[in-house]
Amino acid sequence: MIGSRLRRREDPALLTGEARFVADLNVPGALHLAFVRSTAPHARITNIDLSAATAMPGVVAAYTGAELKDDWAPLPCAWPVTADMKSPPHLPLAVGKANHVGDALAVVVATSEYLARDAADAVVVDYEPLPAVVDIEDAVTDRVVVHEDLGTNVSYVWELTPDKDAVDTAFAGAAHTVSERYVQQRLIPAAMEPRGVVVVPQPFGGDYTVYSATQIPHILKVMLALTAGIDETRLRVIAPSVGGGFGSKLNVYAEEVVALALARKLRQPVRWVEERTEAAQATIQGRGQVQYIELAADAGGRVTAVRVRLVADMGAYLQLVTPGVPLLGGFLYSGVYDVPAYSFTCTSVFTNKTPTDAYRGAGRPEATYAIERAMDALAAEVGVDPAEIRRRNFITPDRFPYSSAAGLVYDSGNFGGALDSSLSLVGYEELRAEQAARRERGDRVQLGIGLSSYFEMCGLAPSRVLASLNYSAGGWEAATVRVLPTGKVQVVTGTSPHGQGHETSWSMIVADRLGISPDDVDVLHSDTAMAPYGMDTYGSRSLSVGGTAVYLATERVLDKARKLAAHQLEVAEEDLEYASGSFSVRGTPEKGVPLAGLAFEAFTAHNLPEGMEPNLEASTHWDPPNFTFPFGTHIAVVLVDTETGGVRLARYVATDDCGNQINPLIVEGQVHGGIVQGVAQALWEEAVYDEDGNLQSASLLDYLVPSAAEVPSFETACTVTPSPTNPLGVKGVGEAGTIGAAPAVMNAVVDALSPYGIRDITMPASPERVWRALTAAAGGSTSTEARP
Amino acid sequence: MDVSMTINGSARTDTIEPRLLLVHYLREVAGLTGTNIGCDTSSCGACTVLVDGESVKSCTMLAAQADGADITTIEGLADGDRMHPVQEAFREHHGLQCGYCTPGMVLAAVSLLSEIPDPTEAQVREGLEGNLCRCTGYHNIVKAVLAAAKAPAGAGSAGAGARS
Repeated sequence: MIGSRLRRREDPALLTGEARFVADLNVPGALHLAFVRSTAPHARITNIDLSAATAMPGVVAAYTGAELKDDWAPLPCAWPVTADMKSPPHLPLAVGKANHVGDALAVVVATSEYLARDAADAVVVDYEPLPAVVDIEDAVTDRVVVHEDLGTNVSYVWELTPDKDAVDTAFAGAAHTVSERYVQQRLIPAAMEPRGVVVVPQPFGGDYTVYSATQIPHILKVMLALTAGIDETRLRVIAPSVGGGFGSKLNVYAEEVVALALARKLRQPVRWVEERTEAAQATIQGRGQVQYIELAADAGGRVTAVRVRLVADMGAYLQLVTPGVPLLGGFLYSGVYDVPAYSFTCTSVFTNKTPTDAYRGAGRPEATYAIERAMDALAAEVGVDPAEIRRRNFITPDRFPYSSAAGLVYDSGNFGGALDSSLSLVGYEELRAEQAARRERGDRVQLGIGLSSYFEMCGLAPSRVLASLNYSAGGWEAATVRVLPTGKVQVVTGTSPHGQGHETSWSMIVADRLGISPDDVDVLHSDTAMAPYGMDTYGSRSLSVGGTAVYLATERVLDKARKLAAHQLEVAEEDLEYASGSFSVRGTPEKGVPLAGLAFEAFTAHNLPEGMEPNLEASTHWDPPNFTFPFGTHIAVVLVDTETGGVRLARYVATDDCGNQINPLIVEGQVHGGIVQGVAQALWEEAVYDEDGNLQSASLLDYLVPSAAEVPSFETACTVTPSPTNPLGVKGVGEAGTIGAAPAVMNAVVDALSPYGIRDITMPASPERVWRALTAAAGGSTSTEARP
Repeated sequence: MDVSMTINGSARTDTIEPRLLLVHYLREVAGLTGTNIGCDTSSCGACTVLVDGESVKSCTMLAAQADGADITTIEGLADGDRMHPVQEAFREHHGLQCGYCTPGMVLAAVSLLSEIPDPTEAQVREGLEGNLCRCTGYHNIVKAVLAAAKAPAGAGSAGAGARS
């Protein structure tokens, strides 16, 4: 069962329109919310006039933040990465001052969505504009300060330099050094389903049911209890079908708190569904970093030290895990290479832009991008092929578990194996020959080949490690497995899928262990009344942490069933064998008892061993001992039109190793989708702000999420290096494609342009940027966008 | 104003606000929430339905403009409990993950295959250009549509809810 390409059980409901997303929930009498949002990047709010709005038909109420300030506490940030980290209060509705375009200032409640939006448009806000902080390196100077009470834009400085002398010595004695600056542009996560929340109060009972398009119903319940001041036992949070997240729904948002507070105040159900422009302005954005990376290397190109200085854009406020995102990458800038000395410093700053937070990969794509781009720069410096520079520096398979200079212990890996697989799949030598021929004949269309030997840290996370990083929660996961009286199995998981297929995969794990059909295993999730404990779904954690919990709970159920079988058959437990859903007596196979029969016996409890409790049920709370470290090599092949600057992704080859695979169909799907998100960062996507802080790309007309026409089919392979840190030997694959793809594509673009002396293009590598770089290289007008 | 149309084979007449978009009419008046909304700019295609057999983004037209039309939404695509070959191919080839773009993507694919019964990969990619998916990277969607084109007519599986 494990390892088979089982078709997903989630699909029929999604394919036929039966699935219910939050906007599909029809709650009789629900009032609709519409938010009035700042159109100014940075301004004092001198007045908010609600009178025209409240006079409109269908409008039930309208409130400013000042009127509701006693209905809630500021929104939570769960990751105070340093003791002196600065964090301004982040109220669900801003009071007195707006700090980014999209900052919510007031809310209108009406009997329909159309009427609510009409009325929100009628609210008049008086702004007194302030200068805005937009550029993050300018923010560091405190020339203009976002939050005057803090006196600085710097939220925190975080350093990881285990041995500074070792780093200094390595750079002093280096035969080669490279020093690079890369810009991680801001990205808009753009899950296809916008956010939404429906709150159904039962005023006299005191209970509230919150339906939210969230990745984290469990964390949200705790945080809503604390923020809205509602007893946690009175809250039930349900994530219905959720249309993608990619980190953007890993948060506690203003609209969720406002909806809950207004359901309490008005004693009526309320609902809010996000518009796409709100999704751009008020849902978190990803990335937003400037990276300075230096490598020291010996004469043979072996890296002796990595030194990184990062400036990270927090945006206007700290959301749930905003400050922790750069840290998740902070351990990984030495990549898959055996680097003895390491230094990382991050300065994180406030700007007048939408808050950043975790977006697919969260810190790890940024780290991988920097080291993989820098390794290509080193290859050029040393004068060897990019594949060769990687081979010379890989941590070899015999070195695992490997203790990195940054302080991690990598679980397992075979980096050379993944590289060889991808080189072979892409036909590397032939491509280099084609490239040489195009260069030789001065072809208008140049070919570029880009490698990226990525790895990542997933399975978030060992709770004690999180404690050492000042994270305010643990990283365990919970599971319950019960065999019902009819023999059907029910699994309760604390993970909260939104496209990952947990129902299918978890049923496979249980069915495999119990020797039964996955059709007989039901999986319950995403409802805090059904699954009271959970740490939810993000950071490629669900399988390696949540799946392992499911596996261990299954083992416990089986242990109990074995004791009961031994009692029923009057034999010793050691004399029992278990296969295909039945216990039998070793050597006497005709004497046996099926699991379903034992479940019924456990249910009637008529004849249980002394001291055994009724029912076949077991729970676990699994806290992983270490992270897992998936890896692989991706190779992008691009064609660059040197006259127009147009870049076409011609081929994309990926070898990924996520340890053992439960369902390769699902693994491949995660890789495909991840690749396109990474390619999109390299070539198309950017949250563009003008110099005054106005978001210019606040719709899907302006923000270029690629369609099928922009990308090719992919050529994928896998290697399998099991993780020794969990009994399933799994590593996780949700973010791998995104982590591998952006550096592969950009290395390919730069490779194509290297004959022109071009060493970098700022992402996204738009035709304009490529054309400007080529024009500047040819001695034409200079470009500010590229660095020849 | 009154509008009349046939939706998934059933005729209905409703009194509506003139500015009501077709997508809101389908979701809120007809109660067919399988048609999803993903943007406000007719960019994403999540709300694609068939209007007189052709794929239309239902946010691009008013319900009033669909007066007299024959509409097929995702709820009307299966034949009883037998999924349409395109639905079946999406499941067989894992052409969906979160499923939010899926109703629109499936109907766009149905429309594409009615125009080009045996498309090339490039034609499928061009043909689905108006429908965005954030999960699949399109690889398996394209595979599914090409497979559906090759499937014999009426090859959908019995039992939409069957697990196998």
